[in-house]
Amino acid sequence: MPRSLLPYFLVLQRLGIALLTLVIVSFAVFFATALLPGDVAEILLGQAATPEAVAGLREAMGLDEPALSRFIGWLVGLLHGDMGTSYVNNMEVADLIGGRLSNSLRLAGVTTLVSVPIALTLGICAAMWRGSIFDRVVSILTISVISVPEFMVATLSVLIFAVWLGWLPALSYGVDVDSWSAVLRAYAMPVISLSFVVSAQMIRMTRAAVIETINTPYVEMALLKGASLPRQVLRHALPNALGPIANAVALSLSYLVGGVIIVETIFNYPGVAKLMVDAVSTRDLPLIQSCAMIFCVSYLSLITLADVIAVLSNPRLRR
Amino acid sequence: MTKTPTNWTGRDDAAVENMIRRGASRRDLLRMLMASGVTAAVGGSVLMKASAAVAQTPKSGGTLKAAGWSSSTADTLDPAKATLSTDYVRCCAYYNRLTFLNSEGAVEMELAESISSDDAQTWEVKLRSGVEFHDGKTLNAEDVVYSLKRHLDPAVGSKANSIAKQMAEISKLDDLTVKIVLEEPNADLPTILALHHFMIIAAGTTDFSNANGTGAFVSDSFEPGVRSVGVRNENYFKPQGAYLDAFEFFAIPDNNARVNALLSGDIELAAAVNPRSLRMIEGQDSVRASISTSGNYTNLNMRLDMPPGNQMDFVDGMKSLIHREQIQKSVMRGLAEIANDQPVSPANRYHNPNLAPRAYDPEKAKFHFEKAGLLGTEIPLVASEAAGSSIDMATVVQQAGSKIGMNFKVDRVPSDGYWSNYWLKAPVHFGNINPRPTPDILFSLLYASDAPWNESQFKSEKFDKMMVEARGLLDEEQRTAMYWDMQEMIANEAGTAIPVYISNVDAVTNKLGGLQTNPLGGMMGYAFAEYVWLNA
Repeated sequence: MPRSLLPYFLVLQRLGIALLTLVIVSFAVFFATALLPGDVAEILLGQAATPEAVAGLREAMGLDEPALSRFIGWLVGLLHGDMGTSYVNNMEVADLIGGRLSNSLRLAGVTTLVSVPIALTLGICAAMWRGSIFDRVVSILTISVISVPEFMVATLSVLIFAVWLGWLPALSYGVDVDSWSAVLRAYAMPVISLSFVVSAQMIRMTRAAVIETINTPYVEMALLKGASLPRQVLRHALPNALGPIANAVALSLSYLVGGVIIVETIFNYPGVAKLMVDAVSTRDLPLIQSCAMIFCVSYLSLITLADVIAVLSNPRLRR
Repeated sequence: MTKTPTNWTGRDDAAVENMIRRGASRRDLLRMLMASGVTAAVGGSVLMKASAAVAQTPKSGGTLKAAGWSSSTADTLDPAKATLSTDYVRCCAYYNRLTFLNSEGAVEMELAESISSDDAQTWEVKLRSGVEFHDGKTLNAEDVVYSLKRHLDPAVGSKANSIAKQMAEISKLDDLTVKIVLEEPNADLPTILALHHFMIIAAGTTDFSNANGTGAFVSDSFEPGVRSVGVRNENYFKPQGAYLDAFEFFAIPDNNARVNALLSGDIELAAAVNPRSLRMIEGQDSVRASISTSGNYTNLNMRLDMPPGNQMDFVDGMKSLIHREQIQKSVMRGLAEIANDQPVSPANRYHNPNLAPRAYDPEKAKFHFEKAGLLGTEIPLVASEAAGSSIDMATVVQQAGSKIGMNFKVDRVPSDGYWSNYWLKAPVHFGNINPRPTPDILFSLLYASDAPWNESQFKSEKFDKMMVEARGLLDEEQRTAMYWDMQEMIANEAGTAIPVYISNVDAVTNKLGGLQTNPLGGMMGYAFAEYVWLNA
């Protein structure tokens, strides 16, 4: 293979592995769901679940077919772009997920726009002035933010800004959003709570990665030839730290699609994380699988993107 | 002089309000207030505040936002499948039942004009004429037959299947008359038809992505697990339709988030608020609590077929050892009514008020335990978070026991699997029972010899015979007398100690008027949307 094609080959390889992971995850989710006690008919009937009633409902819902063949049917459907029908309310899974996913992505997008620039700036600055008062303050703050659980941040901010001060609405959904200021007000608190959680990780990882490259001989060389501190860091150290930083950012952001159940609950924001919890508690297999696929795809695409950035930003692989 | 007495809280306001609704006169109330140390002048201002809340003039218009506590993709508009409070709220707004229960627990007619029977077995339901569904179709007997018959079809997955099974024949006599023949006489049919599952839908309906009912609101938007919006039905058959222009209902599962949303004014009604949050609500002028007791209880079960409960002295000892006032005040923070060891709560019209709760009497308890030879032996009490407040109750019993030399060990077990592994099985354990609308349902579910959930294995032929006889009695007076006797039998003979009936607390803004209590549950038996109004 000509050396110039190597990076593209590596990228293709990453994509192939991502696809394989997707299939494996789907099977793992299926078997884990099968291990849960009770099925959708029992759960729907609840206290009224007499054996005859359960058997009748199972038959009516087509649940008497073996689970594996239903799963394979769903998988084949997915290849054609059909995510199936929810067992619980007979709605198309695509319809159920559609609105929720765009909600989740919007929240994740706004949080990313707010948190990534702040986190990178703070992390790089802290590394640049390592050991200074500024660095210490940032470190202490990030550690305290990591240690405080997000439900605490979210509940406290609701108490302060919505209940006591009355500046912001306590709910992010269900309030009227007819103007831009209303949209900003509705998103302010969830975005701030989420930014707290994700940026703390990013700041620490960025700082560590940049410091590591500052300690290398070639940055020392830059110092010796008389480059200024910003030039040393931004021109010589940062490009080499890009790979680890991209990975840290991707890991933090991947949390924003599926892992924000607490923030969704506290601000009554209908996203996909809540949908997944509902699906599991009602044993709604097509919906569980589809949600799991979405989380998996979003995680893999972020990680793969980070890998691609790492590969392409590495001159040894580029040339 | 201050306008309100010290230590006066919203909870007390609600208690006074409740008494006024139940028909207490001003003199009764003042006497009650004086007895609790409130001076006459202050008492007067308290009464004015409470009377103002009761006697308000309804106002039309406005949109109400209300939040329940649970909602998921399993949310449905199909009344047969309704499970959660959210479903009940929607069903009550969009559909109607043949009958409904008013705030006193008495049956009133809704879609039915009359329901009558000579023998409690063959019933004739006469329907109101000229009632229209939201799509313009006129209500007739076929719709009622279809709505009731679906519960018998296993493919529907009806929650009310076991109750509906007694309807052996449901047929149309003419356009506005339906005949229902029961397997055996049951005078409770009008009450049973007031259950939320027996809402009337249009014949042939199989698609529940939108609601086509006769109710006070028309479904405008329904997103399972997200929210429901209903707008006023201008073509409603009741002369006084809904006051609200529209209502929006969604769930905020987290209790603190729900209370915060109410306090910040984003919602007007927060259902089922945790007693712990009451202090926050009581500190605010803009919100108040609406307290109703519908008959939910956590009880101590002593199985009569295994030691130590096989000795009646142990059961009697335990019933005397339970400090009901302490449980009411400290465990339930005042949000409970003291119970007399039987399952029919004061919200039910068949409740026996003459049956006094057993007094806390450690000496008497000691006498019984001594007689049973159990003093000093270790007796495990199985409790769990699954049966609400049971751990705290067990601790109260344990402490009372230690004073008289009884050695109770509180076995705290996990919630997960509690109902299948410990409930009904352990010799002494706690249970939790949801309210049911009729004594007959409670008795046949919990106390008949062959009851599926016979918590203490109480067996009495006399009780079984009385239960079947009372079920078929159309004479209210005779029936009430029998139910009173049966409640006494349970209180004295069964191994179930029921210390308190737990209250349900909804928190609402002071702008909300017209919210009353109902024996079918909180939020006015889930039917609030039709009856409440918003003051500007």
